[in-house]
Amino acid sequence: MKYVDEYRDPAMAEHLIEEIRRLAEEPISIMEICGGHTHAIFRAGIDQVLEPQIRFLHGPGCPVCVTPIEKIDRAIALARRPKTIIATYGDMLRVPGSESTLLKEKAKGAQVKMVYSSLDAVALAEKHPDFEVVFFAVGFETTIPANGFSILRARELGLRNYSVLCNHVLVPPVIRFLLEDPDVQIDAFIGPGHVGTVVGSEDYRFIAEEFGRPVVISGFEPNDILQSVYMILKQRQEGRRQVEIQYSRAVKPEGNVRARAVLNRIFEPVDQEWRGIGTIPRSGMAIREEFRDYDAEFKFQSALTLSPAQESPACICGEITKGVKEPWQCESFGTACTPDNPIGTCMVSSEGTCAAYYKYQFLKRAAGGMLG
Amino acid sequence: MEERRTPPRAHTLPETIQLAHGTGGRLTHQLIEQLFLEYFRNPYLEGMNDQAILPGEGGRLAMSTDAFVVKPYRFPGGNIGDLAVNGTVNDLVVGGATPLYLSASFILEEGLPVRDLVEVVESMAAASAVAGVQVVTGDTKVVERGSADGLYITTSGIGRIPEGIDWGPHRIREGDVVILSGSVGDHGASVMIERFEMEFDTQIESDTACLRDLVEAVRDVPGIRCMRDPTRGGLATTLNELSQSSGLNLRIRERDVPIRDEVRGLCEALGIDPLYVANEGKLVCVVAPEEAEEVVRRMRRVKEGREARIIGEVTGELPGLASLETLLGAVRVLDLLAVEQLPRIC
Amino acid sequence: MCLAVPGQILSIEGEGRTAMVDMGGVKRRVSLELLDDVRVGQYVLVHVGFALQTIDEAEARETLEILETYFREELEAETGGGDPRG
Repeated sequence: MKYVDEYRDPAMAEHLIEEIRRLAEEPISIMEICGGHTHAIFRAGIDQVLEPQIRFLHGPGCPVCVTPIEKIDRAIALARRPKTIIATYGDMLRVPGSESTLLKEKAKGAQVKMVYSSLDAVALAEKHPDFEVVFFAVGFETTIPANGFSILRARELGLRNYSVLCNHVLVPPVIRFLLEDPDVQIDAFIGPGHVGTVVGSEDYRFIAEEFGRPVVISGFEPNDILQSVYMILKQRQEGRRQVEIQYSRAVKPEGNVRARAVLNRIFEPVDQEWRGIGTIPRSGMAIREEFRDYDAEFKFQSALTLSPAQESPACICGEITKGVKEPWQCESFGTACTPDNPIGTCMVSSEGTCAAYYKYQFLKRAAGGMLG
Repeated sequence: MEERRTPPRAHTLPETIQLAHGTGGRLTHQLIEQLFLEYFRNPYLEGMNDQAILPGEGGRLAMSTDAFVVKPYRFPGGNIGDLAVNGTVNDLVVGGATPLYLSASFILEEGLPVRDLVEVVESMAAASAVAGVQVVTGDTKVVERGSADGLYITTSGIGRIPEGIDWGPHRIREGDVVILSGSVGDHGASVMIERFEMEFDTQIESDTACLRDLVEAVRDVPGIRCMRDPTRGGLATTLNELSQSSGLNLRIRERDVPIRDEVRGLCEALGIDPLYVANEGKLVCVVAPEEAEEVVRRMRRVKEGREARIIGEVTGELPGLASLETLLGAVRVLDLLAVEQLPRIC
Repeated sequence: MCLAVPGQILSIEGEGRTAMVDMGGVKRRVSLELLDDVRVGQYVLVHVGFALQTIDEAEARETLEILETYFREELEAETGGGDPRG
């Protein structure tokens, strides 16, 4: 077992597709919360083979897409500071702020380093004691513990030149927010498998118990996703509304206790702005006061008084992220806003809904006469 | 009849050159079409092939040029020197030419260790011997420290095309078969690890190789329509170019494209699509269906073609676009890459 | 939202704080600081350089077996036998 190919077997996929078609008597809207699932669905063409009975709605689970423009502007302001290195994940380099991106700042000479891990950012601080190293950290519950651990590591090493500019977001509050929005029509959820490795399944119970929607926490291979759709349909057929784990090889009901302990030790819940969606109560995680010396927004507060950020009025990323509108319904999609020149964040990240549509949905566009 | 194809998405050139203008993707094409082709327009350039076919005494000539700016200049399996020779030689041979002469221009960065330059030139000499070409002219310039990544090399090459050979996207027909000579992504993956400084440990080696023997093994098969070596931008970009030039649809099957385990492992860990990762010793060949098996058989007899196989067909369904049949049997468009692929966490 | 890949623990180093992990033929040192009880030979899920969870082989097999058994029964019921993959 290598835990990859086994879940890509086309013969098994074919059987699952047949079963799903048989079970799906009426059309159903399923939201995959996670951008990784969106990508996997388009990449394998799962949306095509299950149409029209299954309609996938693409949820807000791309941390890059929901990072507010002010945070990007702050990262850019810090990148322009002398003797400062901004370290971040590759995903964040192209995200547009009000007037620039980290990649453009890099081209102009700023010290912007792409890292694979938060610990690589700590290593940069160790290696460059004359520089301030700011780790621009984004992520959901999966990534927050790793980002947080870097602070513990920096403290252990006695580093005073390391800090974190973070934008951390949580899954359950945004799902509740969507379910309480009368415009949003979702029949069931494919739950984010890698968030599940940390938080387990308890956090999602309210979706089934309060809102009566089935949830299946899914892996990321094509057959994982197909099986999850199948399990959702089975729940509906049998009149159940539960949280089930399809990705049981990696998701335990209790999650990862140790990772959660790190998360809760370093961070505390705060009200959080989601780009395009708005502010959602207690949906973010900010650095606790005890670790303030490592909080870039505290450490460099005098350098971070900026004019209010400007969001393009042409962008409807918010409604797209909520699954209320499709990219086709945005006037900028494919014309003013393309992966070459993104206006909204949904077009920047390869997991953004608009970018995924742009990359994979040519066929639909051609069929609908929407080739712009 | 010569109606100009309008690009699918009209752009204007941006104010500054971005890295993405060099990835072989959409911005590269925009730059070529709206700038170089606009100003240098002539029938040889308009063919938009890897080589220009020129009239000449005693047969036609093929000419090609290529600049090499690979970073790092030394990588597992080769260095910028063999790359510079093989790259230009391959651009000639995929047009059916026998390569004859090369020129080489060096842009050296102040402070480059001479032993590194010697190593590179030795590799160039060795690669030239294998390809049967001579480096007959050259140039050297030195730029200030910080103005180049060690060294850049530009090579140009000339070759002769035998009578009766006329390969190119204009000959591609519906029903033709697409053949690939081996696994994809090896070269790009081998340089990716060092370029991104992400401390992965792999045994991946560049596939840099001369394709002369491979092409000669099949050159007299009459059903050959067109060949390309899928370098920068990877297999997907080459399929796009051929689809666009022929006005047809090259459709490949995901399950038939060979990718080495390690290359796939690295791409999955970094979130990168191997179909867009560079190769430096692979051949894509479009062949009439009745001769596809024969071409595969002959290619497999040559070292560089041992893993050759049929990966897809030419259809009339999505004119000008390349597509991929997924493992699930869905068909999706293989678009040109918008921007350079970067490692991602989400 | 979160890219994570399975990898096998080749060796454990630094007093149990890091491990060399093989992810599909690619090796990298990853941190074990977020995970308890990891053994050499085990598969873990790696995300941004951290091992986040062990992969449960028994569960993985069970998922596959449930599917295969289920479809075999379905198919046998419909066609009266035969290999579902045929």
